[in-house]
Order: sequence, then structure tokens, then C-alpha cells
Amino acid sequence: MSSPNYDYLDGNAAAGELSKVFAVDITTGAGRCAECGTTRCLAEAHLYMHGPGLVARCPACEHVLLRLVNVDEHMFLDVRGMTYLRLETSGLPEAG
Amino acid sequence: MMWRVGTVVALHDETPTARTITLQVTDWPSHVAGQHVDVRLTASDGYSAVRSYSIASAPNAEGRVELTVERLPDGEVSPYLTRELATGDRVELRGPIGGWFVWRSRQTEPIQLMAGGSGIVPLMAMIRSRASAGSTVPFRLLYSVREPGAVFYRDELQVISSRGDSVAITYAYTRATPKGWPRPPGRVDTPFIAEVTWPSKLIPTSYVCGPTSFVESAAALLVSCGNRPDKIRTERFGPTGGRK
Repeated sequence: MSSPNYDYLDGNAAAGELSKVFAVDITTGAGRCAECGTTRCLAEAHLYMHGPGLVARCPACEHVLLRLVNVDEHMFLDVRGMTYLRLETSGLPEAG
Repeated sequence: MMWRVGTVVALHDETPTARTITLQVTDWPSHVAGQHVDVRLTASDGYSAVRSYSIASAPNAEGRVELTVERLPDGEVSPYLTRELATGDRVELRGPIGGWFVWRSRQTEPIQLMAGGSGIVPLMAMIRSRASAGSTVPFRLLYSVREPGAVFYRDELQVISSRGDSVAITYAYTRATPKGWPRPPGRVDTPFIAEVTWPSKLIPTSYVCGPTSFVESAAALLVSCGNRPDKIRTERFGPTGGRK
């Protein structure tokens, strides 16, 4: 194959790990890339799981959208690569 | 999401390297076709490993979950699941997971499924879900597989394709074909995809699952046949062994 870079999965593979933190499956949400402005479902991001955590990159420009890293007794969540994440309110649990 | 305990109630070898594991899970919240679970194995010294596996079974109310696991030669978890695991054993699982690579029985558009190897597993859940929900939506499956002996769910697929109820199945063999097969073994190409998949003007939703290299080329071929990228959903499992 011509592309050398087949070492990523789809963002939907991160749904289990993200379920530790979020009450809903945020991989079905649409995230806007802070670098190029592409807005795609987080499940379509390119997901890299080699390191001590996971990294989701924009499928258009490979900018880092989200990082989730476990270090000792803490989990670090970095979502600055997205200007927003749009979720369907019908999928959210009722408040209270 | 909490970890649940599943008890192994049945084991079935699909191929010499792949096994279907049927689990009975207490308080299973049911699932949607296409979702996966995380399986956690913990050794006596406390070391644990988590892997994701697609669910093969249709949603059901009985708390039964079937996984088909392909043994990876250098795998840490799959050799145990496909060789050592016995009926009555318990495994921890978390799920169902993922709300994007799913087919729901309320969908009415034609469905194109494309499987590469063990990528058939979540697509089989969709075919089974279609049947159990009584859906009459037309499905097409293109199943790319190394050789005839590597086909999962062979008998069931045979029954489905002979029933003539609008699930059309095409096999594409990459290394060896059955005797007298009209097409030599090899990778699928644009003319073949154009011939066996839905015409793009019907605006099918496509689900593509398999190794990353297969998904990349299959999705690109669908686009080259005029399908809209936003109607193609993919699930890759990579050489890293992160999935399946």
C-alpha cells in the first residue's frame, strides 16, 4: 500500500476509555478542529493508542484534538485541540 | 461505565484461528448492532490487559453476548480467549460501547456492508439484528477473506444468501479461491466494487470494518464509485492489535 501510516484506529475505539469520564458517549459528538476548522464526528478521528494513553487527531489535518493519559493515580484529559464538541441533547441523561 | 461479569456458556470454533464465545451477562443493558465491548483479563499477580471486541450477536433481552475472537500470533489476550477459555469460566467486560458504528432497525436506506477478514463480526451483528427485528431493508455484504477456510459464520451466511430475503452476499478471496471460482484471488478494485455494491444514486449507508489497510482501500473505492464520504462509516483494527 502506498500510505506508510496505518498505525491508527477510528475514534470510536476510544469510547470505552472515555466512558470512565463522561456520562454519555462523546465519540458520537461532532468536534471542531481548533487548527483547520473541520467539524467531524469524534468517532471519525484518527486514534493513536501506542503510548501511555490515547491521542485523537483530526482526520483532515492530523492536529491533536484530544489526549487522555493515565499517570500514576491521575488521568489527564486535554481537549484544547477542539474549539467545541457538539452533542445531541436527546442523547444526554436528564439532569437531577 | 462499570465492569460486569460474563459467564461463558458456549464456545464454537469458526475457523482454526477464530472462536465464538457466548457469554451470559447479568444485568446486561442490551446493545445495538455494531457496538463493541472491552474485555479485561487479570492475572494472579494483578497484571491486567484490556482489549476491545465487536459483538457478533443481535440485541436480545436474555443478556447473551457473542464475541468472535481471532487469535493473533503475538497476542496477549486473544490466545487465552481462543484456546484456554472454557465453559463456565468468567470474564470481565465493559459495554456496550460506541454509538457511531451502529445499525438501528429503524433505518430505512439500503445498507452496504464491507468486511475484511474478522471485520465481519460487527457486520454479522447487523445482519442478525435485521432478521430479528423483522426489517426488510435490503443489505449487501462484500466479504473479503484470505481463503474459503477463513470464512466466519459460513453455514449461517449460506442459509441467509439462499433464503433470498434481500441480503446479497459476495465473497472476494485475496489468496485462494474455491475450485472453479470465476474471479482469480486478489484485492478488490473499482470495477468489481462498482459491480457488486449498491449504485451510489440509491444513497446507501456503508459500514466498512477490517484491518486498517483494508478499510482505507475499501472506503476509497466506495468514494471512487460515487458514494458520499459522509455515508461511509468505518471501524479499523490495526496492526497494533488494539482491536479484535
